[in-house]
Amino acid sequence: MAIVPNGPVLALRGISKRFGAVQALTDIDLEVHAGEVVALVGDNGAGKSTLVKSIAGVGPADEGVIEWQGRPVQVTRPHDAQELGIATVYQDLALCDNIDVVGNLFLGREILRAGVLDEVEMERRSRELLQTLSIRIPSVRIPIASLSGGQRQTVAIARSMLGEPKLVILDEPTAALGVEQTAQVLDLVERLRDRGLAVILISHNMADVKAVADRVAVLRLGRNNGTFDVKTTSQEDIISAITGATDNAVTRRKARSGEVAK
Amino acid sequence: MTTNVHQTNDGPSNGGNNAGGPADANPVAKDAVTVVDPRLLVRQEGFKGYLTEFGRKMRSGELGVVPVIVGIAIIWAVFQWKDSAFLSPKNLSDLSILLGGTGMISVGIVFVLLLGEIDLSVGSVSGLAAATLAVLNVNHGVPEGIAVIAALASGAALGAVHGFFFAKIGVPAFVVTLAGLLAWNGLMLQVLGTTGTISIADDSFVRDLTAHYFSQLIAAYGVAALATAAFFLVQFLDSRRRKAVGIPSRPLSEILVRTAVLAVILFTAAWRLNQYKGLPLALVIFVAVLVILDFVVRRTSYGRKVIALGGSVEAARRAGINVVAIRISVYSLAGLMAATGGIMIASRIGSASQQAGTGNLLMEAIAAAVIGGTSLFGGRGSVWSALLGMLVIGSISSGMNLLGVANSVQYMITGGVLLAAVVIDSVSRRTQRTAGRG
Repeated sequence: MAIVPNGPVLALRGISKRFGAVQALTDIDLEVHAGEVVALVGDNGAGKSTLVKSIAGVGPADEGVIEWQGRPVQVTRPHDAQELGIATVYQDLALCDNIDVVGNLFLGREILRAGVLDEVEMERRSRELLQTLSIRIPSVRIPIASLSGGQRQTVAIARSMLGEPKLVILDEPTAALGVEQTAQVLDLVERLRDRGLAVILISHNMADVKAVADRVAVLRLGRNNGTFDVKTTSQEDIISAITGATDNAVTRRKARSGEVAK
Repeated sequence: MTTNVHQTNDGPSNGGNNAGGPADANPVAKDAVTVVDPRLLVRQEGFKGYLTEFGRKMRSGELGVVPVIVGIAIIWAVFQWKDSAFLSPKNLSDLSILLGGTGMISVGIVFVLLLGEIDLSVGSVSGLAAATLAVLNVNHGVPEGIAVIAALASGAALGAVHGFFFAKIGVPAFVVTLAGLLAWNGLMLQVLGTTGTISIADDSFVRDLTAHYFSQLIAAYGVAALATAAFFLVQFLDSRRRKAVGIPSRPLSEILVRTAVLAVILFTAAWRLNQYKGLPLALVIFVAVLVILDFVVRRTSYGRKVIALGGSVEAARRAGINVVAIRISVYSLAGLMAATGGIMIASRIGSASQQAGTGNLLMEAIAAAVIGGTSLFGGRGSVWSALLGMLVIGSISSGMNLLGVANSVQYMITGGVLLAAVVIDSVSRRTQRTAGRG
């Protein structure tokens, strides 16, 4: 974690986004540091995906500033985000079932040698990459179709690492995975952090969040609803921030009785 | 897919592997592969390892060319047993020429199937190309070379038209090419006009495409020797490079076995062909096209993109692949290959007629690709399946003709073989999906 001890890799300031009559994001702030896993949580429709899309350049924000390593940047296309060093692994993994692991890792950026696919070099680099990430798969020459869900997820994450990103955004990486497979993916998330990468982890699963995240940023109805340090915050507090249980009939009555008492 | 040797340096089952093996990786590289998960697919050295690897592939549905090779063996054995003329030099030579026409069309179909799409128009396109060639050359006196190029270009252009409507406008490929099937057949009749059938002169270059034989003994043996040497060299150099960077490589023994198998097949074929008139030019052209296009599919980034599109269009798009351009180019290639096949067929028959490209030509071309092992579901297959599939279909029709079996029965049997091929494809696909290892 020797990289930039102070100052966030990515900082969002006052991000807002509107779809027609719906204000999807209002004045969102978020900071991610190198070597840190920030979990982005929130109920369905809280704006997690919209926020991620604005970072990844898929759906640029209407207002607000994105700061990358301290300076403001424009991210209007997915290409811009990749240039900066932001890699996004979407929920549907975008892997080709019929192509082997090496082919998938290098899909769209094949290494050529005299105009011909350099399978040897691609296989060597694939093995190197999978080994540094301690990813275990039966063979790098096996089609993706033969891998389990967890293995596919790790391959998808490994693929995002080929561009040597500084920030990796993982959209629901453990959804639809079994216990053992989830563990594999969470291990990998920790290794990404240990390699000094900043990670934004979107998840619905509180256990996963508690297991690997350093901080939790909660979105509720398109607004910041608190950022918590995972170690010092109880799961109940985070969940109540997500569901808005801090603002329910009971609390309102309390507030009202407080006013009356005045 | 390529088979690979997987080595390890621990595990009780194969402790001390590689020792004394001809392709011993250097020990440093082996040590670099540290802990080996017991679940990893590790292939042991030697013949036994080869068998276990083979068994694993069979069980997990990676059947490859095994079913079709077995099929050809059975078909040949049965016909040879029924009529000893079947494997005679003349019959084999005729068969090898017969393969070229429909086989060329089938190669184009393989590309389209790799995309996971279908092209129903190739029969009509091939007929139109033959008609274009004949009308230009015979009726208008255009030089043969130019007429051939014009016919090929017309095929590529028509294919590009199908591709445009499919990829850019978004019309289902089935409908676009069905429209092509009707329209280009109509255009062919229009081009041929009232003449009906146009004969191609016997001494022409086009006729020579299927009538010329390299009759010197050295030609067939020389080509076989060259091909064997080239195969060995490519495999050997690849293996050496893999070893140099410390990734699994084929041991020399395996390369030698593969080369030997290929050599036996090629030299037997050369010997048989030399017993008749020699090496047919049509076979040379067909195999050369297969080698080139197989290279395109497996070793170029264009081929990789085609296969990726057959696996997942969305994944390909996100990987930055130009989906529209690839689709149009594949349909254009299918049109080009259809035109090539049309010319070869016209050359063999000696004329362009109103019947060209109709009947069961289209169905045979598609059936050959599928029987040869190219999946109808896209993304899996090989250019060589056009050759293997045509060998099956051609052998059946040739053998049945020898035995004097009626067309009706031939069609039913070919239909049954096609059904069997599709069943194998579907079942192996399902097995492959469930054979994942956790």
